[in-house]
Amino acid sequence: MSSRHGITVTVNGAQVTREVDARTLLVHFLREDLSLTGTHIGCDTTSCGACTVHLDGVAVKSCTVFAVQADGANVDTVEGLADGATLHPLQEGFWEKHGLQCGYCTPGMLMAAKELLARNPDPTEEEIRFGISGNLCRCTGYNKIVEAIQYAAQKLREAGEEAHA
Amino acid sequence: MIPGEFEYHAPSTVEDAVSLLDTLGDEAKVLAGGHSLVPAMRFRLAQPRHLVDINRIAGLSYVREEDGHLVIGALTRESELEHSSLVAGRYPLLADAGRVIADPLVRNRGTVGGNLAHADPANDHPAVMLAYGATLVARGPGGERVIPVDDFFVGLFESALKPNELLVEIRIPSPGAGSGGAYRKLERKVGDYAISAAAVQLTMDGSMCTAARIALTNVSPVPMRANAAEAEILGEEPTEDAIEAAGRAAAAECDPSADLRGSEEYKRDITRVLVKRAIRAAVTRAQGGA
Ligand SMILES: Cc1cc2nc3c(=O)[nH]c(=O)nc-3n(C[C@H](O)[C@H](O)[C@H](O)COP(=O)(O)OP(=O)(O)OC[C@H]3O[C@@H](n4cnc5c(N)ncnc54)[C@H](O)[C@@H]3O)c2cc1C
Ligand code: FES
Ligand code: FES
Repeated sequence: MSSRHGITVTVNGAQVTREVDARTLLVHFLREDLSLTGTHIGCDTTSCGACTVHLDGVAVKSCTVFAVQADGANVDTVEGLADGATLHPLQEGFWEKHGLQCGYCTPGMLMAAKELLARNPDPTEEEIRFGISGNLCRCTGYNKIVEAIQYAAQKLREAGEEAHA
Repeated sequence: MIPGEFEYHAPSTVEDAVSLLDTLGDEAKVLAGGHSLVPAMRFRLAQPRHLVDINRIAGLSYVREEDGHLVIGALTRESELEHSSLVAGRYPLLADAGRVIADPLVRNRGTVGGNLAHADPANDHPAVMLAYGATLVARGPGGERVIPVDDFFVGLFESALKPNELLVEIRIPSPGAGSGGAYRKLERKVGDYAISAAAVQLTMDGSMCTAARIALTNVSPVPMRANAAEAEILGEEPTEDAIEAAGRAAAAECDPSADLRGSEEYKRDITRVLVKRAIRAAVTRAQGGA
């Protein structure tokens, strides 16, 4: 028997309370219990990063964390990136620079890139490639993704400078 | 795939965790970063009846120098090691390994303690800790037990930890003057386990090598030291000939099996090359180079 647990999680800023099986993975909780299907499942082996979300601000593969482990935590998914109709600079970068083709890897790429830019606002190309090395893309060949992240990095830096001007 | 059914426990102290493990016996497994255990559970390679999640225990995650050692809490995430300036500055062997373990997302979650407790010869920390001559601190119902790393890896996926013991700390002796270390790994692609890898920690006195420990990743059923390779440079001047001899010794004493990552012959030869590269890098660092 799997034990059942009541959990309260703050997902994209809104508190939700649900009962889950101990064995429910965080990615299934998000997709099936909360209908947040932006977070994808691309593999069975913790390899692809399509399921990347932030758990208390840290980018993790949500297919390899149990939902019950998120009790009391903040979980941020791709659905929380945009501000209403205004895209996040990363989303805008992927749009402007054609950082996606089929889009399957994109939610994970966005969430991994968000953490990367929080740690390192002005990364080199090599640092970007290293930073997204846990996320696989079968379509783009990565060049356009790197350009998209560079676009966002610059935009975020400019916004930061304006805020401090 | 969803893991099989289990009961979940989330103790908030080491004492509670140990007492749970003691009560539940070998039906229970510790859940740390979960990045070896959860994949194994999804494939039904592991089917524990109980999981004891240690992520809610405070005070098990730290990296600091203390009494001539680098002490690492068992729950320290790989990414914390990776971003530690202390590790980057003083522990180059550990820093080298920290960048090539899995990928950045796995490193955000995987723990140093879990990497060792899993006793997987494919994992990178076992060889690193063997080369450093680290000690591991376990807590059981009877109190604390200190296990030298040379006694820690008992079999394939089998460590010296008892089912009711929790690994709580790893202690690495701080390298003295004239010492240097390096980790050299060959992988098929980023995020993969090693085809082979070599960990070297040595001390130089002038042109002589006065201490050397060498260990290998993923070329034996149990994480191993390369004793014959060590003997080729210990008390010697690490000339290109001596380094080649050490590489050949390691290639002969390892015990790789053929799989998707290569034939036995290939893995032995790659081990020879990686041991040589790691020794050269360690010597350069011991002599003050980068
Ligand atoms: C795609 C992928 C690639 C990877 N590549 C690499 C790689 O290249 N190199 C590498 O080294 N690793 C690699 N790993 C493994 C990863 O580093 C794991 O995180 C690590 O092996 C286990 O650490 P964990 O904290 O996740 O442990 P868990 O998965 O939680 O536990 C592993 C085992 O150790 C036991 N355990 C954990 N902590 C303790 C403790 N404190 N006391 C007692 N027992 C404990 C558990 O019961 C379990 O049996 C990879 C993993 C994935 C998913
Ligand atoms: S679904 Fe592939 S890493 Fe999570
Ligand atoms: S855009 Fe198709 S997988 Fe990346």
